[in-house]
Amino acid sequence: MTREKRKFLAFALFTLAVLIAPLFFQGSYLVNVMVFVGINTMLAVALNLLLGLAGQISLGHAAFFGLGAYLSGVLTTAYAVGPWSAMALSAVAVGCLSFLIGFPILKLKGHYLAMATLGFGIIVYILLNETVDLTGGPSGLSGIPNLSIGPWAFDSDEKNYYLIWGFTLLTMLLSINLSNSRIGRALRAIHDSEIAARVMGVNARLLKVQVFAISAILSALAGSLYASTMTFIAPASFGFNVSVELVTMVIVGGLGSIYGSFLGAGILTLLPEYLRVLQDYDIVVYGLLLIVMTMFMPGGLVSGIRRVEAAARAGMRGKDRTNA
Amino acid sequence: METASQIVQYLLSGLSTGAIYALIGLGFAVIYNATGIINFAQGEFVMLGGMLTLFFLTDMNLPLVPAVMLAIFSSTAVGTAFERLAIRPLRNATPLSLVIITIGASILIRGQAMLLWGKDTHALPPFSGSDPLEIAGATILPQHLWIFAVTIVIIVASRLFFTYSIAGKAMRACAYNPRAAGLVGIDVRKMVLFSFVISSAIGSMAGIIVAPLTMTSYDVGILLGLKGFCAAIIGGMSSGLGTVIGGLLLGVLESLGAGLISASYKDAIAFVVLLVILFVRPEGVFKKTETERV
Amino acid sequence: MSGIRCRVFFSLLFVVLTACPALGAPPVKIGALFSITGPASFLGEPERNTAQMVVDEINKAGGIKGRTLELVTYDTQGDATKAVQAATRLIKEDKVVAIIGPSTTGDTMAVIPLVEKAQIPLVSCAAGIKITEPVKKWVFKTAQNDSLAVARIYEQLKKRKISKIAVLTVSDSFGASGREQLTAQARSHGIQIVTDETYGPKDTDMTAQLTKIRGTQAQAIVCWGTNPGPAIIARNVKQLGLNIPLYMSHGVSSKKFIELAGDASEGIILPSGRVLVANLLPNSDPQKKNLQKFVKDYQARYKAEGDHFGGHAWDAVMLLKGAIERGGDSPAAIRDQLEQTRNFSGIGGIFNYSAQDHAGLTMDAFVLVEVKKKGWALVK
Repeated sequence: MTREKRKFLAFALFTLAVLIAPLFFQGSYLVNVMVFVGINTMLAVALNLLLGLAGQISLGHAAFFGLGAYLSGVLTTAYAVGPWSAMALSAVAVGCLSFLIGFPILKLKGHYLAMATLGFGIIVYILLNETVDLTGGPSGLSGIPNLSIGPWAFDSDEKNYYLIWGFTLLTMLLSINLSNSRIGRALRAIHDSEIAARVMGVNARLLKVQVFAISAILSALAGSLYASTMTFIAPASFGFNVSVELVTMVIVGGLGSIYGSFLGAGILTLLPEYLRVLQDYDIVVYGLLLIVMTMFMPGGLVSGIRRVEAAARAGMRGKDRTNA
Repeated sequence: METASQIVQYLLSGLSTGAIYALIGLGFAVIYNATGIINFAQGEFVMLGGMLTLFFLTDMNLPLVPAVMLAIFSSTAVGTAFERLAIRPLRNATPLSLVIITIGASILIRGQAMLLWGKDTHALPPFSGSDPLEIAGATILPQHLWIFAVTIVIIVASRLFFTYSIAGKAMRACAYNPRAAGLVGIDVRKMVLFSFVISSAIGSMAGIIVAPLTMTSYDVGILLGLKGFCAAIIGGMSSGLGTVIGGLLLGVLESLGAGLISASYKDAIAFVVLLVILFVRPEGVFKKTETERV
Repeated sequence: MSGIRCRVFFSLLFVVLTACPALGAPPVKIGALFSITGPASFLGEPERNTAQMVVDEINKAGGIKGRTLELVTYDTQGDATKAVQAATRLIKEDKVVAIIGPSTTGDTMAVIPLVEKAQIPLVSCAAGIKITEPVKKWVFKTAQNDSLAVARIYEQLKKRKISKIAVLTVSDSFGASGREQLTAQARSHGIQIVTDETYGPKDTDMTAQLTKIRGTQAQAIVCWGTNPGPAIIARNVKQLGLNIPLYMSHGVSSKKFIELAGDASEGIILPSGRVLVANLLPNSDPQKKNLQKFVKDYQARYKAEGDHFGGHAWDAVMLLKGAIERGGDSPAAIRDQLEQTRNFSGIGGIFNYSAQDHAGLTMDAFVLVEVKKKGWALVK
């Protein structure tokens, strides 16, 4: 089997698993949790394009998520735009914005890039908080309509599950295709050595900005979906800590790995459900997890699993030898 | 006349807030210059300074001076432990994992403080009374003088340290080229540890002298840390005058922005200034340009 | 011998019976959503503590008609997403008959669509007016509307012949709600807001805003926020030597504020629930007994001052208790009985719910208090 085919098969299996999963926990609150796992996976996959593929850090991605949610929310509630058109409009708007700020921001590297994206995130957060007449300010915006196809509205956890995961699977497919394409190879080259890539004739700057914009648009779409499933949004869901959480999902899952992003998003969304037992202690566990993961599993869970697998295989081989 | 005294008050308020940012920014710069790491946990040392002083003052019933000493000592111990346990084991780490690790540490330290001391805000008594002093129609508090004084002492001390002492020179060498520094016999790892010690000490000192003004709680470190970071970036990450001017500039801009434009967007103003500086002069306002090394 | 054994047996039986009166009958499950951690923990923590305390007390006294209450509490962290997840879990997994909380207006607005759809009564502990206006069938609240606090302050200002004020509010949901009400009610009370300033919840110096206010015609400052901001403002006012009255909101009506602001708190006037001044109330006050009991119990159990935020949870649990006693434990019956609640003397005030009013309180829920010699005094 070729690599391409194997990748396709893996994706098909994953899709199948996503489709039948709700049958196992029908009527349970876990369907609701899985809706949020879906949204977070979409965000993590989008961020992973930037972080894993292009190697550019962003500590302000929650801003794009928030802009998507608020543009959709304001357009549907205050200007009576249809939810689908609002979603498209906000994606276009965020796309333009990210393309514009992408050029100056991505000129920066390392810590400076981290700081600039962080600053951008905080500015957007302040704007969402302060433009009270438009966004409802800190107490939030309610009454956002659900998405619907004809008379059929996505108004229950089960329906939203399929809506969200439909988009998430598309995002994952796009991301797989992108990393296999010429653009993906060029981006990996930039990741390894930007100067070498430039010497080879790669327009590094434009490529980085393009990926930044794609990543921002996908995040904005996730934001629109979030707004229409929640029907209520507040700025607190798009602050600095959310940006950090998103980066954590990508790191915990594994840089550059699409299924890793799913694992990271899944674990970080489900973890609080189980950490509830610990009450106030969850914040400490969260911090520890971040440190321990980066120190001992820098490749994330995916590479950790691979390493364990390889070790197990080596062990088996060793056993065979002693048996012989 | 009235507007003139208003402006003086804005400037004075801005300078005193700015001095706080500058002190915190210095902590960032010291570590960055020795290791190239931006320590996102720097704000937590500010928090530890204030909270620990309070702990020694009220729970241990110690007088102010020993409480302050012990607080600085304990926060420095935390900084040392952090370097030993989380930074040193990581060799050849990417900037990304260093950013994540320091963010993780800040969450951890903050969480521990919350569990130990609760979520309440506490006030520290001012060091020398709270009767306002008048300067040209504007007023400041005696505590502000403490802040200015400590800032000046720390700048002078760090200036002397980095230009004249062997250890300071060695740290500068490490920042410039760790491998070459190692080749000439400098213990690079020791210098990294040393920078964390200095930086957490400066951070906690900042936390202690501002606590009587700003109050203190387990989560004061986040915003103060970010502002200090801005100050350091504006100052081009210098561990001297640059960062101090950066902090003062930031404080004055914020205060003028809040007074003359809009208080709602005060923080946004600070970060817009930061972005503009990063876009136009990423090497800071006061530094000469350096060419990038490949 | 057998006599002793018999007595031991019966006394043991008695102990067992009083300890778990619901032997056999399953407990009544009530859900609670509080922002125990995060920026609104000053609300969520006392609310969680109080709710647990009241439920334990009810169970110790024999439960409701022989059935114990079980409280299932989740932390929302003041985040709408987490609030929705936790509410879904309460409804679908824990199958609670009613929900107390959330602590903040934002979290409450986020879970309202859920409870309306699942038809589970919700007794919110948040103050935002839009929670119960327009009336939603399944949603009630115990926290006093901010509009009532604003009305109290404005009445006082009118009495003192002050017509020009400066408004200084914190830029979070508490301050935003106060700011909205201050602006909305100003005209009808003949008050002119000459300048309207805000500050961030974590800001450490507000002299810039106050200097700006000093340059205006304002005769008083009304500040809307929760600790520590208002304490810093009080100190800044003193530092700048601003000689106009300073009014605060009920967001700082606890000893903590006096402790933080120190001498600068002297003479500050603020609206507060009666809990703050329980001992100063005349004996004829119908709330006095409950207030004193709440303060005493909270002090005994948590070694801290019971504040009116905890009081919101106290009211919510007791309102539910009353409703379950009267109509049984089905969600629909609880809702109907809640709506019938009349003259319930709680911590926040005297509640009278009706089909048109799910907030249930009048302006009497607030009294004005002044800081005097590091304590509280009633303002007549």
